[in-house]
Amino acid sequence: MSVLFIVLPLALVFAGGGVLAFIWATRRGQFDDLSTPPVRILHDED
Amino acid sequence: MTTLLREPIAALTERVACSHCGLPVPASLLEPAAKDQFCCAGCRTVYSVIHSCRLDQYYDYLRRDREAGGASAPAKITGKAYREFDDPTFQNLHAPPNPATSARTIDFYLENVHCAACVWLVEKIPALLPGIVESRLSLGKQLLQVTFLDRRVNLSAIARLLDSLGYPPHPARSTTARNIRTADDRRALIRIGVAGACAGNTMLLAIALYAGHASSMDPAYLLLFRYLSMIIGVIALAWPGSTFFRGASAALRTRTPHLDLPIALALAVGGVAGLISTLSNRGDIYFDSLSVLVFLLLVGRFLQRRRQALAEDAVELLFSLTPASARRITGDSIEEVPIAALQIEDIVEVLPGESLPVDGQLAGDFSTTVDESLLTGESRPRSKNHSDALLFAGTVNLTSPIRVRVLAAGEATRVGKLMRLVADCASRRAPLVILADRIAGWFLAAVLLIAVSAFTYWCLAAGAAVAINHAVAILIVACPCALGMATPLAVTVAIGRAAKRGILIKGGDTLERLAKPGLLLLDKTGTLTTGKMSLQYWHGDQETRDAVAAIEVHATHPIARALADDAMPLQASDIHQHTHGISGTVNSIRYHIGTRRFIESQAISIPFAWQNHLDRCTSTGLSPVLIAAGDQLVSIAGIGDTLRPDAAAALDILRTHGWQLAILSGDHPDVVSRIAGQLNITDARGALLPEQKLARVRELMSDPARARRPVVMVGDGINDAAALAAASVGIAVHGGAEASLAAAAIYLTTPGLSGVAHTIVAAKRTVRAIHRCLAASIAYNALFVTLAACGWVNPLVAAIFMPVSSLTVISLAFTARTFKKGAAT
Repeated sequence: MSVLFIVLPLALVFAGGGVLAFIWATRRGQFDDLSTPPVRILHDED
Repeated sequence: MTTLLREPIAALTERVACSHCGLPVPASLLEPAAKDQFCCAGCRTVYSVIHSCRLDQYYDYLRRDREAGGASAPAKITGKAYREFDDPTFQNLHAPPNPATSARTIDFYLENVHCAACVWLVEKIPALLPGIVESRLSLGKQLLQVTFLDRRVNLSAIARLLDSLGYPPHPARSTTARNIRTADDRRALIRIGVAGACAGNTMLLAIALYAGHASSMDPAYLLLFRYLSMIIGVIALAWPGSTFFRGASAALRTRTPHLDLPIALALAVGGVAGLISTLSNRGDIYFDSLSVLVFLLLVGRFLQRRRQALAEDAVELLFSLTPASARRITGDSIEEVPIAALQIEDIVEVLPGESLPVDGQLAGDFSTTVDESLLTGESRPRSKNHSDALLFAGTVNLTSPIRVRVLAAGEATRVGKLMRLVADCASRRAPLVILADRIAGWFLAAVLLIAVSAFTYWCLAAGAAVAINHAVAILIVACPCALGMATPLAVTVAIGRAAKRGILIKGGDTLERLAKPGLLLLDKTGTLTTGKMSLQYWHGDQETRDAVAAIEVHATHPIARALADDAMPLQASDIHQHTHGISGTVNSIRYHIGTRRFIESQAISIPFAWQNHLDRCTSTGLSPVLIAAGDQLVSIAGIGDTLRPDAAAALDILRTHGWQLAILSGDHPDVVSRIAGQLNITDARGALLPEQKLARVRELMSDPARARRPVVMVGDGINDAAALAAASVGIAVHGGAEASLAAAAIYLTTPGLSGVAHTIVAAKRTVRAIHRCLAASIAYNALFVTLAACGWVNPLVAAIFMPVSSLTVISLAFTARTFKKGAAT
């Protein structure tokens, strides 16, 4: 069970990484427009 | 022989679909030989542009969208040259160059974008015009961002291309305000993300802790879990939770009750107690409940914010549609310049159908009629034919091209001054303390009282340590989480449903203001009536009427349009237009149609017997039109503004809900009393200037007899804007002036008054839903404060109870019947 002392903080570090990625994406404007991208994906590439 | 008020004959159309927009093609435009059929010139142009650019794939996407239930609309093109877009000052203002790439980026509001096919077409323009680097459309905001190289392509060429595709572009105004809002949105979203991550992780740790309570856990692990919970909990309180501490300190400074106060108290007490418990390794910790609390409250507020932003975006879009350029005449040349560049004594040209960009006088020997209804509320067009007649910015030139000498531009115009009055009223309006905040004050006092009494009792009964524990538990479970979510959620649900029905609501407190019945002040032109001239009174035979319609088809005057409405397939020839009338020949009979003065000037006498009909027209506020065949007077038509078809029904609904009705109009008192009579409204005032409307609204609002009763103004014009801003709630109706949209708290995107009735009925329901949510959350709080005072609450109970109370409120908010289809009864 003592593995918890390593694994638990490690899990939290991963979670922190996820949060940082979210903050990065938000600051880059990924969530500014939620209505156009779902429409744009339907268009064929040419 | 005399007929009153009849429906215009529906145009006989075969169901042939327009090749561009898919709407039925009017019979008169059918071309049996052609492969493609079009409903209007706009559709024809756009279709040929798309076809010649090999973009026919657009129609595949459009078809897919229509199969999915998308709406269609005829294409709109303006054919403008957009020359002012190439002006260096314009470009530096709206399209600053990027120093790294030397490309410029501009934000355009596009009209008419509504579906996936539009996105595809608009984002294809870099392939059509070399020099455009990128084109990105945001569908929700109707905002197009174009990056282009100004040495390879002119901005005006880009604008003309977008225009020819059916999306007239308008430079987006208030870019800085929008950037600030985007930045705020992003910060709010980051706070929610962090709060969510903290809440999830503390909950996981808390589950381990609660399980450890049941099966004795090794103290070392207990310590690990408690420390990790503390670290995450402190992050949640210090970063996303700081919103509530800031709100609470602002509330303390201004001494106004606010829900942030009890929330911040619970967070602070819970946080400090948790820190002490963890560090001293004794007592309970509540970090899981606290971080979930922060997360849920932030989500509720974010949702409300997004909903309200929808309405603000729509208004901003309409604002950008106002003309930003004018055609200035210097010598023999005409150039398009931004309005801001116009100087006093400049000469500008205004074509029929355009609105005047400036205040001024006619420069030379021109004669026209002007629609001033936006400014004055007067529905009858006014003729301007003297050089000393004043013309005002915002009014619409109707009949012939004119040149205007500028007397005032921008802020100095009459409209500009009115706008300043509007801004003044809006900033002076007292904010409504919403019910939840009013409750918060009492709530805080009650909780503190209970906590202190419980502390004293347990001190005497079981010692200080137990007493502190119980007091902390009381303060934490008393955190009004559900209370804090009740209003935002109920309001968000209502605003969202309202938006789907075309009712855009700007402020969250607007619905609370409308809950009690009060006084509804209605503007006439454009609100109660359509603002368009139509045939209301007819004395004469059908044959004459068809002939009149055939002749009036050739005229542009609004009164002519009213007579031409049921145009029959008769051919008129030898048309001759005069200032006050028109002549033409139909079936080899010569007709003269016009005002009394025009008929008399044609040496046609008006028999005494006809005077009666003339009087009937003028006394009911209609404009009489006389029709002579040869040299005999044969008919009289009365032209007036028509009542909206749904007005009477909508007003009846409002009356049954206890609202008083009154009319405030700038139009002629005769016209106003005719409309008021039709609608059974006794309190009708006409001939009011915008300033007088404002004064009347202020007078009514300061009347102690109607204290706590709302005074609601419904209007559409610039002349209503100040009154809209000053009233408890201003409702701007469809088709109104941009100024009134900015001033009003509610904007209806569908024509008619049924939206007003629906809004008011639904506001009452929404407030009832808010009350139910508040009652439920207070009941939960009372129950759990009692349990905590008895010492029966531990962190596990709190962790279960808090989400349950929030869930109750959420389900109450979503099941409330507020704005629903067909619910306007």
